[in-house]
Amino acid sequence: MDLTFTAEETALRDQARAWLRAHVPAEPLPSLETEEGFAAHRAWEAELAADRWSVVNWPTEYGGRGASLVDWLLFEEEYHAAGAPGRVGQNGVNLLAPTLFDFGTAEQRARVLPPMASGEVVWAQAWSEPEAGSDLASLRSRATRTDGGWLLSGQKTWSSRAAFADRAFGLFRSDPDPAKPHQGLTYLMFDLRAPGVTVRPIRRLDGKPAFAELFLDEVFVPDEDVIGEPGHGWRIAMSTAGNERGLMLRSPGRFLASAERLRRLWAEKGSPEGTKARVADALIGARAYQLFTYAAASRFLDGERIGPESSLNKVFWSEYDIALHETALDLLGEDGESADTDWAERYVFALAGPIYAGTNEIQRDIIAERLLGLPKGRR
Amino acid sequence: MRFLPDVEQRAFVSSLDAMLGSADTPTVVRDWSRGRHTRGRALWGRIAEAGVFGLAVPEECDGLGLRPVELALAFVELGRYAVPGPLVETVTAAVLLAEPKRLVSGEAMATVSYGGPYALDADVADIRLALTPDGLFRSPGHGPVRPSIDPARRLTALEAGELLTPAPPTGQALALARLTTAAQALGVGLTLLDKTVTHVKRRTQFGAPIGSFQAVKHRLADAKIALEFARPLVLGAALTLTPADMAAAKTAACEAAYATARTALQLHGAIGYTAECDLSLWLTKARALRTAWGSPEECRAVVLSGGGRRW
Repeated sequence: MDLTFTAEETALRDQARAWLRAHVPAEPLPSLETEEGFAAHRAWEAELAADRWSVVNWPTEYGGRGASLVDWLLFEEEYHAAGAPGRVGQNGVNLLAPTLFDFGTAEQRARVLPPMASGEVVWAQAWSEPEAGSDLASLRSRATRTDGGWLLSGQKTWSSRAAFADRAFGLFRSDPDPAKPHQGLTYLMFDLRAPGVTVRPIRRLDGKPAFAELFLDEVFVPDEDVIGEPGHGWRIAMSTAGNERGLMLRSPGRFLASAERLRRLWAEKGSPEGTKARVADALIGARAYQLFTYAAASRFLDGERIGPESSLNKVFWSEYDIALHETALDLLGEDGESADTDWAERYVFALAGPIYAGTNEIQRDIIAERLLGLPKGRR
Repeated sequence: MRFLPDVEQRAFVSSLDAMLGSADTPTVVRDWSRGRHTRGRALWGRIAEAGVFGLAVPEECDGLGLRPVELALAFVELGRYAVPGPLVETVTAAVLLAEPKRLVSGEAMATVSYGGPYALDADVADIRLALTPDGLFRSPGHGPVRPSIDPARRLTALEAGELLTPAPPTGQALALARLTTAAQALGVGLTLLDKTVTHVKRRTQFGAPIGSFQAVKHRLADAKIALEFARPLVLGAALTLTPADMAAAKTAACEAAYATARTALQLHGAIGYTAECDLSLWLTKARALRTAWGSPEECRAVVLSGGGRRW
């Protein structure tokens, strides 16, 4: 049992640190959830990709460095410590790409991954529907067979980044009358600018168009954009959801950096006694999350799958993130109300954490039933 | 980086688990709280035989060298079974004393006071130490036993005694005291969760096991989350031995164990509120360990001291 890193791992970390020092913009980019900010973040992805820093753990043929999971964790620590911008491509990189690595064809990977790595194509997710949220399998948007592909019709909602993204991926009902709701779903990728797609941006709490509704009216999708077997989308998507809840969605580096920024803010404000415990807990929580992730990564490298224990992770980071930012806003005093600070932007972003990627209520059910072995009951 | 116990460490844990699991520790604890130490002494001997008290002692003193990870893993097990006695204090004393052989072998138990008014179980300890800024003192006797909220912890004041050394290895001793207390608290929390999960599966109300109700499930899920995020802090602290990691581990493990105790009590209902129910042996220990060897406030202050990228 150890927490030491190899010479190669340390070398990559040092290289990343030097690159970030030379490239991270001195001024924060405009909010990712605005048109201007989206474009600026897309350009940042291209800058990262040009020197192979956008997807370090992907194989080199798709724009990565073939780096290990440990390398990725160290890169993320450096990335966030450097105060580098948010990642506009994360839906694609964290959710779609792992699915393509597991279930996609070689042709799909070659076509989809390089432009994803460079930010040239930014992906939105299309899971939720007005009547299908936590009960995702009850979704009703249809995929109907047609010559050479499928026709998508229906409505998707809460589609993160869709206001400005290029393409989307999600689940559609290809069998209208399955024996069980989890059957007869197909996982597809589609163009948000294809004929028949209407994107209506939705403004989040602070008014920024962070997500969108998608109205689909016989949108043609060629067969080459179906991932895996038609009708087996649920299993494929759940593997994606496992990734989303698991290691990749929120790296420990992010919270280590946020906790350290909070500690500095607290010190700048004269180290007030009233928030001392909350600031200490932010530091402790970041360390706990880092070490928890190291343990999970070690199990993963031993060949274990990250299963329902990823639900522990999701509840932890989403609640941690809110608590940390609440503390920061409290420390800012009357400035805590200002909406144009980096803290406010991050606070509003954090508020969504317990809701998306499987609500925390669903996650607690999973923990209780699948980790603690409690009997199923009515939700 | 491989942040998981290795095969030998896991085997060590399993052997302790098997030994303690067959020791009927609730009976040992109940005896101990009445000042009857025979069963506790016998169990103590078996714990020493397993090598636990040699895990912070150099080989030339019959120890196994400093093995903080094994020490932490062992104390999780001791906490899981609510083993009574000055366990943390004996390990701490083994670091402080030049001649710890009798502690390693289990022939002697030791207690240590530090800063606070009490030493744990001084009525049964063979060696009583007072660690102060002026050095390490050996105390010839102790005051009357004062009850702890955890009946198995017997608190006494120590009489002043002879100076053993003006410069004991205080830093290392306190680090290990904090680490083993954190690990013990984690173990206490794990058992509280296990016992409560078992209870809510069996207990039926409104025609269904209460563990099928979401209000019950979610409290237990929160306890599980808190414990599973305290665990890596305890093991990480054992690897780095830095004051910040020790303090973080102590804070998180004690908070998690205490929150789990509150949940365990609530979900057991009235039966959990009785001294007769074995749950009480763990419930009260979760409270007592919070303030032993560094209160939450002291530990949080340590985490906040220093600056820059600490982890």
